[in-house]
Amino acid sequence: MSTELTPLWEVFVRARRGLSHTHVGSLHAPDAELALRNARDLYTRRQEGVSIWVVPAGAITASSPDEKDAFFDPAADKVYRHPTFYEVPDGVAHL
Amino acid sequence: MSLFDFTLGLGDDALVAAQRLGEWTSRAPEMEEDVALANIALDQLGAARLLLTYAGELEGAGRDEDDLAYLRDDREFRNCLLVELPNGDFGVTMAKLFFLAAYQSPLYTALAGCADERLAAVGAKARKESAYHLDHAALWVKRLGDGTDESHRRMQDAVDQVWPYVHELFVPDPAAPVDPATLRADFDATVAAVLDEATLTRPETSWTPGGGRDGVHTEHLSYLLAEMQVLHRAHPGANW
Repeated sequence: MSTELTPLWEVFVRARRGLSHTHVGSLHAPDAELALRNARDLYTRRQEGVSIWVVPAGAITASSPDEKDAFFDPAADKVYRHPTFYEVPDGVAHL
Repeated sequence: MSLFDFTLGLGDDALVAAQRLGEWTSRAPEMEEDVALANIALDQLGAARLLLTYAGELEGAGRDEDDLAYLRDDREFRNCLLVELPNGDFGVTMAKLFFLAAYQSPLYTALAGCADERLAAVGAKARKESAYHLDHAALWVKRLGDGTDESHRRMQDAVDQVWPYVHELFVPDPAAPVDPATLRADFDATVAAVLDEATLTRPETSWTPGGGRDGVHTEHLSYLLAEMQVLHRAHPGANW
């Protein structure tokens, strides 16, 4: 089947309640409903998740590797943005 | 029909359906569908193993799931004819899966509440899987039926071709833990709703072939069994 009939979808899975959806991969499907079913078969076979998002790959606007310097380097010397001056309380998960 | 025959029939339905669906592996229209069909085949195989194991215990002749699956000939199989029919094109496969799931889904749900503990456990496990098989097949029946002119024509052909074989599924058996005849209304409602949405026509009922539950099969089953059983018969008890 052509990619026009079955476009690419990006798949995001929430591993368990309290965590955010994480990108796990992509797949081909003719529409959103089937993309969701395919994602269930391909990415949650071994109980990897409790919730799935599928997003048309074409709907994602991504930063370009060429813009890496302009995008990310300016953050490198701004240590005051990092919350390194706080004590992390014991028993706080996912921080 | 005895409880052994009833259990054997359901186990054989699942086993033969699994073998047929497995034939799609590496041949489906695309990789995602390949995995989906293989998943459904494995669900069916899982149910078949539980049912055949239980059937072997009910019989009390010391036969286990492997003996029943690999060492019986076609006349001893009790599956319905629907599951042994060749896969045909993707439309025929989806029509077969749709009708099978529209029958198995209410069947397993009813079994989950029946008095026989073992069958109830199988039903409770399999009904969720079966609901998914129904969902998957219905999605494709709708998309192909309400798709292009060509896909509509082929999906209608597939439904017409397979329809005669559904009646055998509902032959009354009042002594069974779940009388198949009581599942017909549920089946008809599911089929009507999906075919409507798919812009497909439910065929008129004329020819109603049967005999699978008595071991009288189409010629297709022998070929399927030959392929399924050849390894076990050549190397009895082979293990890996």
